[in-house]
Amino acid sequence: MATADTPAGHEGHHEHVHYTSTGLENRKIAIWALIGSECMLFASLISTYLIYKGRSKVGPFPHEWSCKTSNVVGKTAELVAGCAPADVLKPILDIPVTSQSTFVLLMSSLAMVLALAAVENKGHPLPAGAGWWDRCLASSKFWLMATAVMGATFIGYQSYEFTSFVHEGLTIKTNLFGSSFFTLTGFHGAHVSVGVLWLLTLFAIDVKRGLKGKNDVLLVDICALYWHFVDVVWIAIFTLIYLIQ
Amino acid sequence: MSDHNAAAHDHVEHPTWKQYKWVGFWLLVITAIEVWVYYTPFKESKLFAPTLLLMSAVKFGVVVFYYMHLKYDHPLFKRLFAMGLGIAICTMFALLFLFGALKIGG
Amino acid sequence: MATTAAPAPINTPAGTSYAPGEATGIWSWLTTVDHKRIGTLYLWTALTFFIVAGIEAFIIRLQLMKPNNQLVSAEMYNQLFTMHGTTMVFLVIMPLSAAFFNYLIPLQIGARDVAFPRLNAFSYWVYLFGGIFMTVPIFFNVAPNGGWFGYAPLTTMQFSGGLNIDFWVIGLQILGVSSLAAAFNFITTIINMRAPGMSLMRMPIFTWMSFVVQFLLILAFPAITIALFFLQFDRFFGTQFYEIAAGADPLLWQHLFWVFGHPEVYILILPAFGLASEILPTFSKKPLFGYNVMVYSGIMIGFLGFGVWAHHMFAVGMGATADTIFAMATLLIGIPTGVKIFNWVATMWGGNIRFTVAMKFAISLVALFTIGGISGVMHSSPPTDLQQTDTYFIVAHFHYVLFGGSIMGIMGGIYFYYPKIFGRYMSEKLGNWHFWSFFVGMNMTFFPMHYAGMLGMPRRIYTYDIGQGWEQFNLWSTVGALLQGVGLICFVYNFVKSRKRGEVAPNDAWGAGTLEWSIPSPPPDYNFAKIPYVTSRYPLWDIKQPEMTAELTHTAPDAGVIADAHAVPMHEETQYYTAKSLGIPMPFPTIKPFFAALFMVLMMAGLVFIHLDLFWVAIFVMIGSGAAFVGSLYGWLTSPLE
Repeated sequence: MATADTPAGHEGHHEHVHYTSTGLENRKIAIWALIGSECMLFASLISTYLIYKGRSKVGPFPHEWSCKTSNVVGKTAELVAGCAPADVLKPILDIPVTSQSTFVLLMSSLAMVLALAAVENKGHPLPAGAGWWDRCLASSKFWLMATAVMGATFIGYQSYEFTSFVHEGLTIKTNLFGSSFFTLTGFHGAHVSVGVLWLLTLFAIDVKRGLKGKNDVLLVDICALYWHFVDVVWIAIFTLIYLIQ
Repeated sequence: MSDHNAAAHDHVEHPTWKQYKWVGFWLLVITAIEVWVYYTPFKESKLFAPTLLLMSAVKFGVVVFYYMHLKYDHPLFKRLFAMGLGIAICTMFALLFLFGALKIGG
Repeated sequence: MATTAAPAPINTPAGTSYAPGEATGIWSWLTTVDHKRIGTLYLWTALTFFIVAGIEAFIIRLQLMKPNNQLVSAEMYNQLFTMHGTTMVFLVIMPLSAAFFNYLIPLQIGARDVAFPRLNAFSYWVYLFGGIFMTVPIFFNVAPNGGWFGYAPLTTMQFSGGLNIDFWVIGLQILGVSSLAAAFNFITTIINMRAPGMSLMRMPIFTWMSFVVQFLLILAFPAITIALFFLQFDRFFGTQFYEIAAGADPLLWQHLFWVFGHPEVYILILPAFGLASEILPTFSKKPLFGYNVMVYSGIMIGFLGFGVWAHHMFAVGMGATADTIFAMATLLIGIPTGVKIFNWVATMWGGNIRFTVAMKFAISLVALFTIGGISGVMHSSPPTDLQQTDTYFIVAHFHYVLFGGSIMGIMGGIYFYYPKIFGRYMSEKLGNWHFWSFFVGMNMTFFPMHYAGMLGMPRRIYTYDIGQGWEQFNLWSTVGALLQGVGLICFVYNFVKSRKRGEVAPNDAWGAGTLEWSIPSPPPDYNFAKIPYVTSRYPLWDIKQPEMTAELTHTAPDAGVIADAHAVPMHEETQYYTAKSLGIPMPFPTIKPFFAALFMVLMMAGLVFIHLDLFWVAIFVMIGSGAAFVGSLYGWLTSPLE
């Protein structure tokens, strides 16, 4: 029995596994705690946006028409008809464009779960007669890159959106709407950018040595959790900020 | 949380493409309905905001439960997330009422 | 029987201030990832800031000693009270608690380190650099001057130009990173690193209260982070979050700040509660009375703490409904707090009490916190609060809670755990001088403030005119502060001197019942040579004084778990070994967290150059150190832990 008491006796079989109370991975617990904390971060941002909604004193406004030179604000173009055409400020939020970027981000989540599934299933041989699609599903490199590309596309949409807003006269300094809108979506965009960097790092590791085994599944899993969280935050933002007036 | 769950060492079976594609499909369908509704006269209805909130809550839940595997993973993760989300939502509602952005009775 | 040669213990001179067989020298401290060393670093650093904040407070008291005093300028006075508050909250009490989190949590749950040792080092270095960043400006007369709560719009460029508030905003952001990183670490540690049999309801109360605090941290800090970002953007990039002329709401900051600020109060007090809950049973020779209720009320306090923030804002006129709801929630929080007080009293009741210095501090926490708690319940009622708000009555209240509660509890904790940390006892004689001058001095300082406040003396005033009846109360307060200064000097002398000359402490310095006392003092770097499995709440009493834990439930963990963790029955360890001879893998020391912290702080601090009209310098510093930060982070994350 004395030998069993000496931890040294257990060394050297395979990679050292630390005992944990729950059998769960430390990093996965930490990332869920981080996600819980991030809920509060975005709740503060979204609350501020909603509190300041309709309190801006000058245009442009998210959903309303307004006039640069007067205080006229209205839901339809007719209400600002008396305004000089050069002074008319259109509702600024561009639903069709944002719907496209939302679509891209949602699809990136699908790609992300497929990347994780591909890493999880490494080592399982492909079924006999596997077609190109089975081969594709088994490629973690493909799905990691696809997720990163879609994330980058989303950032591209956001840059386009921000630039066009600035051209239409809305900057972060213009009014309360501008301040809270750019800060909220900018924070989200920063999160997406960090995620893209993370995904590209995983892709690089995958290319270099191949992601495989329990530890690598965890690496992809925590990145995936972060990525999906950023996605669900956008689901909330898209409804609360873009669609509901 | 207090039990030493030896069973958790075993690999948790996550869903595969077969389920994931349907989750993705429904996410797209709901988003399409959300955007479509935005361009209909229903937009002026009092029920517009609650309907949209409900739809995005469904999307939110689907991603969290299926893509983030909360449905399959250890309940601890559910608790960690629910705690953050719960306090965040309560704080948000409290703030909106305090600033008069929300009022009882509309 | 033994086929493997038994590891040989290291011969040690008794009572060294660090465990034998460990590396020493400055480099070993810069690269350490050992939770005990990091805890010790937190302790030294926070005590240094405590002295700084104490000196600031003493100057404030000298300025207020007599009417129409001109000891310091009004501008310097603003900086002094702002920095006293900010330092005490963010650089003293929170890090002193963090020192105990670091040192004790792994020991109390039977772990060899925290879940993420390098992240732990990162948290400390961020705290140190952030603390320096906030503290140095006062020597150049540009310290923050807007109060520890930094109410916007007062702190926007329009009303607070200059660099003062910039240091505050950026400094708090930096310290927030440190606290958040540490909190994720401890949550994971407590959930996942417990020894077999250490179920949640067997964890020592200190670990429990720390557990609650970590959740408060991760859920409260995001709110102030956002509020600070708004302020930072307003000050540097011209946003309008706090710009009243543009339609902004002057209450936005207050709400976001107190959404953080009230849980923060419990972040400051709960660790001290936890320490008292370790000290009182030990010196009463009785298990803690009502353990379960203690745990539940701790959770309850934490949970309710998120629903009471607006009681700091009754005077702003939120309306009857909001006032009523927040008043009721505040009254409600008095219940779990009161339960704790009664449980402590019941723990001592009928016990075989030893009045050590640590015990005296713990008992004084119970008494003084009760006074502060009762005045707290008084201003939970909005009509009463309207009389008291922004007067010295409030100052009296929160000093009873934070000095009488947090500081007294933490001081008790220092006397109690000093033998564990440094291997020697602190002097009881000097300790008694310290205790009594703190106890008398603190009451003499803060009790008269109740009267001064009721007579209408406003908070934060620079000086006051004669004939308002405040003179004698202020004089008493200043004399009391002097007495506290004497106590602080006794403490510092005792703390420094005892490291080399104190009486040598054994394993179990006080006859306590929890795991940290079953290993040598100071503990070896690997903590536990053999992980014990735990069968009750006081595992050490189980083997040394089984009659004391006879009434507690005992259940052995299942054999599979014990085998999995290579755990052995509860035992005492008195010898030092090297981790290598025991075959315990230890994390490598690494400098990377230090550099990651340094560059991150520089990246955030670089923003200040914008207000010095050095735009390109700011860009260069921020992008340069940002890149270096990301580089160190990659270096850190791609190198193996052990």
